Amino acid sequence: MKEYLALNGQILYWTLLAPFRGQFFKVGEVFHQMVLIGVRALPMAALTTFSIGLTLAMQAAGQLSKMGASQFVPDLVILSLLRELGPLLIGVIVIGRSGSAVTAELGTMKVSEEIEALQVMAINPIRFLIVPRFLAMMIMLPALTVFGNYVGMVGGWSICHFALDYNTASYIAHSLSRARPWDLYSGLVKSVVFAWLIITIACHMGLRVEGGAEGVGQATTSSVVWSLLLMLVANACLTALFFFT
Amino acid sequence: MSTLDDSTPVIEVTDLVRDFHGRKVLNGLSFQVMKGDTMIIMGGSGCGKSTLLRHIIGAMKPTSGSIKLFGQEITGMDEKELGRVRRRFGMLCQSGALLQSLTVGENVALPILEHGKLDPGIVDLMVKMKLEMVGLTGFEHLKPAEISGGMKKRVGLARALALDPELLFSDEPTAGLDPIMTSVVDILTQEMTRKLGVTAVVVTHDMTSAFRIGSKMVMLGTGPNQGKIIAAGTPDEIRASTNGEVQQFINGEPDGPVPLRLSKGDYVERLLGHPAPTRNSYLA
Repeated sequence: MKEYLALNGQILYWTLLAPFRGQFFKVGEVFHQMVLIGVRALPMAALTTFSIGLTLAMQAAGQLSKMGASQFVPDLVILSLLRELGPLLIGVIVIGRSGSAVTAELGTMKVSEEIEALQVMAINPIRFLIVPRFLAMMIMLPALTVFGNYVGMVGGWSICHFALDYNTASYIAHSLSRARPWDLYSGLVKSVVFAWLIITIACHMGLRVEGGAEGVGQATTSSVVWSLLLMLVANACLTALFFFT
Repeated sequence: MSTLDDSTPVIEVTDLVRDFHGRKVLNGLSFQVMKGDTMIIMGGSGCGKSTLLRHIIGAMKPTSGSIKLFGQEITGMDEKELGRVRRRFGMLCQSGALLQSLTVGENVALPILEHGKLDPGIVDLMVKMKLEMVGLTGFEHLKPAEISGGMKKRVGLARALALDPELLFSDEPTAGLDPIMTSVVDILTQEMTRKLGVTAVVVTHDMTSAFRIGSKMVMLGTGPNQGKIIAAGTPDEIRASTNGEVQQFINGEPDGPVPLRLSKGDYVERLLGHPAPTRNSYLA
């Protein structure tokens, strides 16, 4: 725990303070990591959120039509996506794709003495390796979340349009009239918190790997498990804070 | 940056002790390395050679004792101060420790780019020169995974020399190299020390290479002498040493003061966890 907090402190120092003292992180590497973490996750994020939007609309249509309230399907889809499912689903995808990859990569670098070699060359591993991954995650997870929200709405629209005879304009108008800006912002705040948790846990687990291939495997498992658990707990806390108080 | 006159040791280790869970891996080591020396640290497997090197480069902190590099005590230094000292030396790790995500050329360029603001054309030229020195011209664009183990080590050496260091540490520089490349690496080390006045510390158990390049040697003991220096001096003094363990080591004899096998009694005790039963106990 102490090491984890120390890592958080070091990341903040090397991201926010060190550049003012002339010690820059590599901007090119940030973009490279943004491609790995964000751009390459687009197909998977699209597929997942589309299918969830679709499923939500189907379930909602079934239940709400019993009460003669099927006109509320777009409301349910957009609110569920913006507030909860968008950030959570994208978080799960990114943990599985990138959180695990970051832990495995850093862990392998640790066991093959690459990180020690960096230190011996007087190159700070936090600045050189961690900060670009941290920034890429902090930028790309919220961006992916916004993207996922859109695609999820398209999923909901496809059911409303093809099965419930909504026209596109009224689906969009209905959704937009129901959602408030805060619904979007709360989801984005969540995704920023998730991004922080995912990348700091992934880096922490990767940097403390000991003992070869087995250690890398265990660290990757721990990284995924802890990120998921803490993300779900954080989500519950944030929902309580934003919508239940 | 402190400047040294020739009488100040480049490395001064005094009473260095490192305790791992009650086991003293380094046990009161003291030695000095002067400017221009090639110090060979040798000893059997598990004697603490690499651990000693990791302490000298500041990667590990000792339990007690003092380590001075360029006259500065490094045991109490924070990362920033240590960084300043580390810019003055180069290190060749046992496995080469190249960054797998970068090409060979980018690996060699890494310390140059990180610690200086040079024109990209000059950096390219420096990288080519360093790779040419280790006989790897034209390999700049390959990834470490695409070259052999021996080549990785030579790239590691090129990277260690990238900033023209005053002090070079090599951990098993010739292990895994063919005899010709072993001589190339040896000659490179010799040229650096003789022509440029670089100080080198080489951990090795390749005796041919050790006697070819070494100007000073220390040998660490194993078993009861674990973590202690059992012999120190010039190569000729080491050759003439009357210490049986030293003679066994430099001549590569399978049996001697370091036994080939444990005695039968010890062997049984290790297997059973208690002393071997005597004849009487069978009768009882």
